[in-house]
Amino acid sequence: MIPRPFEYHAPQTLPDALGLLRQFGDEAKLLAGGHSLLPMMKLRFAQPGHLIDLGGIAELKGIRQDGNSLLIGAMTTENEIIWSQLLQTKCPLLVEGARQISDPQVRYKGTIGGDIAHGDPGNDHPALMLALAASFALRGAGGERVVPADGFFIGTYETAMKPDEIMTQVRIPVPAQGAGYCYAKLKRKTGDFAAAAAAVVLHLKGGRVQEVRIALTNVGPTPLRATEAEALLRGNRPDDAIILQAARLAMSVCAPSADQRGDAEYKTAMAGEMTIRALTTARQRAA
Amino acid sequence: MSEETLQRENKLEGVGASRKRKEDARFIRGQGSYVDDIKLPGMLFGAIVRSPYAHARIKSIDKSKALKVPGVVAVLTADDLKPVNLHWMPTLGSDVQAVLADKKVWFQLQEVAFVLATDRYTAADGAEAVEVDYEELPAVVDPRKALAADAPVIREDIADKDNVGHGPRTHPNHIFTWEAGDKAGTDAVFASAAVTVREEILNPRVHPCPLETCGCVASFDKVRGQLTVYMTSQAPHLVRTVVAMLSGIPESKIRIVGGDIGGGFGNKVPVYPGYVAAIVASIVTGVPVKWIESRIDNISTTGFARDYHGIGELAADSNGRIKALRFSALADHGAFNAHVSATKLPAGLFSICTGSYDIPKAYCRVDAVYTNKAPGGVAYRCSLRVTEAVYLIERMIDVLAQKVGVDKAEIRRRNFVKPEQFPYTTALGWTLDSGNYHVALDKVLKAVDYDGLRAEQAAKRASGQLMGIGISTFTEIVGAGPTKVCDILGIGLFDSCDIRVNPTGSAIARLGTMSQGQGHATTYAQIIATELGLPSEEIQIEEGDTDKAPYGAGTWGSRSTPVGGAAAARAARKIKDKAKKIAAHLLEVGERDLEWDVDRFRVKGNPAAAKTMKEIAMAAHTSNLPDGMEKGLDATEYYDPPNMTFPFGAYVCVVDIDKYTGETKVRRFYALDDCGTRINPMIIEGQIHGGLTEAFAVAMGQAVPFDDNGNHLGNSLMDYFLPTSVETPKWETDFTVTPSPHHPIGAKGVAESPHVGGIPCFTNAVVDAFAHLGVTHMDMPHTSFRVWQHCKSLGVNKR
Ligand SMILES: Cc1cc2nc3c(=O)[nH]c(=O)nc-3n(C[C@H](O)[C@H](O)[C@H](O)COP(=O)(O)OP(=O)(O)OC[C@H]3O[C@@H](n4cnc5c(N)ncnc54)[C@H](O)[C@@H]3O)c2cc1C
Repeated sequence: MIPRPFEYHAPQTLPDALGLLRQFGDEAKLLAGGHSLLPMMKLRFAQPGHLIDLGGIAELKGIRQDGNSLLIGAMTTENEIIWSQLLQTKCPLLVEGARQISDPQVRYKGTIGGDIAHGDPGNDHPALMLALAASFALRGAGGERVVPADGFFIGTYETAMKPDEIMTQVRIPVPAQGAGYCYAKLKRKTGDFAAAAAAVVLHLKGGRVQEVRIALTNVGPTPLRATEAEALLRGNRPDDAIILQAARLAMSVCAPSADQRGDAEYKTAMAGEMTIRALTTARQRAA
Repeated sequence: MSEETLQRENKLEGVGASRKRKEDARFIRGQGSYVDDIKLPGMLFGAIVRSPYAHARIKSIDKSKALKVPGVVAVLTADDLKPVNLHWMPTLGSDVQAVLADKKVWFQLQEVAFVLATDRYTAADGAEAVEVDYEELPAVVDPRKALAADAPVIREDIADKDNVGHGPRTHPNHIFTWEAGDKAGTDAVFASAAVTVREEILNPRVHPCPLETCGCVASFDKVRGQLTVYMTSQAPHLVRTVVAMLSGIPESKIRIVGGDIGGGFGNKVPVYPGYVAAIVASIVTGVPVKWIESRIDNISTTGFARDYHGIGELAADSNGRIKALRFSALADHGAFNAHVSATKLPAGLFSICTGSYDIPKAYCRVDAVYTNKAPGGVAYRCSLRVTEAVYLIERMIDVLAQKVGVDKAEIRRRNFVKPEQFPYTTALGWTLDSGNYHVALDKVLKAVDYDGLRAEQAAKRASGQLMGIGISTFTEIVGAGPTKVCDILGIGLFDSCDIRVNPTGSAIARLGTMSQGQGHATTYAQIIATELGLPSEEIQIEEGDTDKAPYGAGTWGSRSTPVGGAAAARAARKIKDKAKKIAAHLLEVGERDLEWDVDRFRVKGNPAAAKTMKEIAMAAHTSNLPDGMEKGLDATEYYDPPNMTFPFGAYVCVVDIDKYTGETKVRRFYALDDCGTRINPMIIEGQIHGGLTEAFAVAMGQAVPFDDNGNHLGNSLMDYFLPTSVETPKWETDFTVTPSPHHPIGAKGVAESPHVGGIPCFTNAVVDAFAHLGVTHMDMPHTSFRVWQHCKSLGVNKR
């Protein structure tokens, strides 16, 4: 449980951090909250020669609204999300999701940027980002680009981010007034990743589904959008029968791997169960 | 009692007072001193190179790269320990264990080499640089396959031995077969019984997982020839003896220091390779050497518990009155028999399996085998193999109840040993000291409104919901133990107390036990306070430093109160006897004219003529003593208990199961414990909360899983279930008091009861939720995944 020796860098500005990243290339790793990276280093699965700590860079922090977008600095911690009045009113799904991440210790240190950038299908933010139609601002040597969450997650620990890029901001379109939402997560205990979880955003109009997004956690190599389930629901009244059908469609996209949380059959079934519960709660909450 | 007397008694804060724990002031300020807090000048750090395979031959070990890592001082392998004959060590189970793998590895993460370096970071780098060339061998993982004719031979080193300490062996992977009871008589009852039931019941491999892992600092002083070892041991004196036997250093020159210990739960009784390697390394280098286990190493390699594959059988009449019991278990002891058992009890106290019931005939048998898994078999918050035994009987009586169609509370009442039968000798030979089982059960059933719960359950079942009610009415056996039956390495399991009263009436007491969180500094002082009439606040307790404390077998198997506490009371009584003589002398009356009054001797009929213990303590240090009396007010007691003690309890657990996710919610857990005389009710309650929480952990989530090649699948806290305050149910506690007739103050021991009695209670509740569907047993752990699979196979959770 002791990492290989490494050099520690604490840049104070984004250009400095980008410079270091360019300088050390493959040898370097960005350090955010450290709650995914440090365990991997202690187990010697990850052995970076240089750690570039993003903790001192002020512009990577903070939560604000700009027009129709919520802008969250990549270095914002889970607890800062949970405590944010703005997010509690404008984007309660993100708060509900963040509350279910690990335990209080991890939530004090872990950041939304790290949770997303890590590319771990067990992490909760990726599915939340898919459900919220978020996009990410990435800064590299060539400047900034903004990429949508859809398509960002490529494989386990693999994202569309280039090695010389730093995620600076998470951008979430403010969900429409009255949107129903829910993050239903099944875990063995506090501090555990999901056996399966479902994130849902649901807009009703006249009792029918105008728009819905469903994303699943930890039931495949990446977070999964249940697009067929969404399509089934659109334009229909979200009654129990159709929710059940939607859950079956959601299950059909799952390809989980077995571990101590359960086998593929169980996790797939739980993805369906969490979809039912998330949709049912979202229906209740939708105005 | 007058108001004034009561006041004096309350001031003592003796037996019965919920006195705040003396230990906590330093713990909550972060001022405890654990082994990893010890830093000695020039100290080196050891890291262990571990095997990636469960079974493999070692073709070669190349240290050269490791030795080139700056700061690495030495790399020790079995070949380096051979010249001092320390490459193997004796185990507590009459076997031997490789300290560092000798030509072979027998389990995954086994100790292969010990890298010594100037700090722990360098040591870890050095360990990674040691290159070991292995040739993998087929592994035996499932104990049920260990005795197959073509099973790979695990222990080639003892393949030709027909006995490893506990009788004849029938297969190279067989360790021993142990039996108790009347086989022929039991078989005969079964053959003609009206009702018989049989169930295969597993206690899976689990780990006590104390918050502090194992570790030590060994410091050998070459000039004085003295070895000091600071270590996390539950039994420092026994360790000292083992180290003396191993090293050849005179025992008088070895000092084991316990310090503060962050939980043991049986994990810290054995001697582990890391300790021995650190000791050898210190002897070789002449500087102190620290070794501290990681969490993964702790769960993977040191002292697991259980792994008992049991078969329970009961024979009864048509009313559910049990006529005979036949229990057996296949025990997986791992690669070495490092089972922590008394010499004559290779299956520990498994023969307590008749439980709280009056069972005329019984027979039990345990077959122990080797597998390619870590060695051990420690008593995880229980006396050895008592959890396994109680789990079997408390499960089987439920199975019987379902078979004969009798309520699960009623069947217990019908079979309980009755109050007038105590002391009651079981068919397997234990004499239960005292008990009052009917009263305890009835009190609990009333408290939880058992009839109401059953009515609610019936309604829930009708609407397809799963609700379970579990009952456990267990009897424990604790306080090892009478030296005629209990010894380890030939040393009797007595314990000791040495009390010295100072001139001003404060005192220090030292004991052979070793607290790991039990609160001994608080409770022992209360016992002595009541015996001597001195305030517990002024009685200092010390344990764990073998240079200071008298010899004792340590703290495990709930033996501290039954044995150490008894020694404390009896040492105090020796002092009190002397004090009485002094009082008589000072008051110029005969001893027979004196009576004891809380904190003083007074003259009968003349209460104003009295001498307080404090006054007597001072007098004991003056010239004003009876003729020929020695000065001072000290006493030592080595207590050899005449019998074990038998705490008992009645528990009820209510669960609601979500059939769509398999999640089990414990709605209610009501625990009544009878531990005899209650020394400190607050500490008892704390111990019960802790024990129930560990029972909950075992029943609902703990297991050390392996794949077919013997690779660990869940050996970190990500998977190994330690419940947090969020998962832990709310505990309701209650008690009755049935003192032990043979213990000096009637106390029995309590800390293990909730673990032992709690585990079957949870399982009984889970199984009860499915009983109406014909289910009689479900193996632990009752994780959501497994319960869901069960629901699915029963077809009860279709959407
Ligand atoms: C016991 C435990 C339980 C956990 N349970 C959960 C859970 O239930 N749900 C969950 O979602 N997470 C869980 N986690 C993970 C936790 O939330 C992590 O904090 C999170 O995954 C990573 O965020 P971090 O800020 O700690 O990033 P770090 O660990 O510092 O970094 C993670 C990776 O992201 C990269 N990175 C970080 N920031 C940036 C950036 N701005 N730009 C580009 N790359 C970046 C790093 O280089 C690294 O590769 C758990 C962790 C632990 C230890």
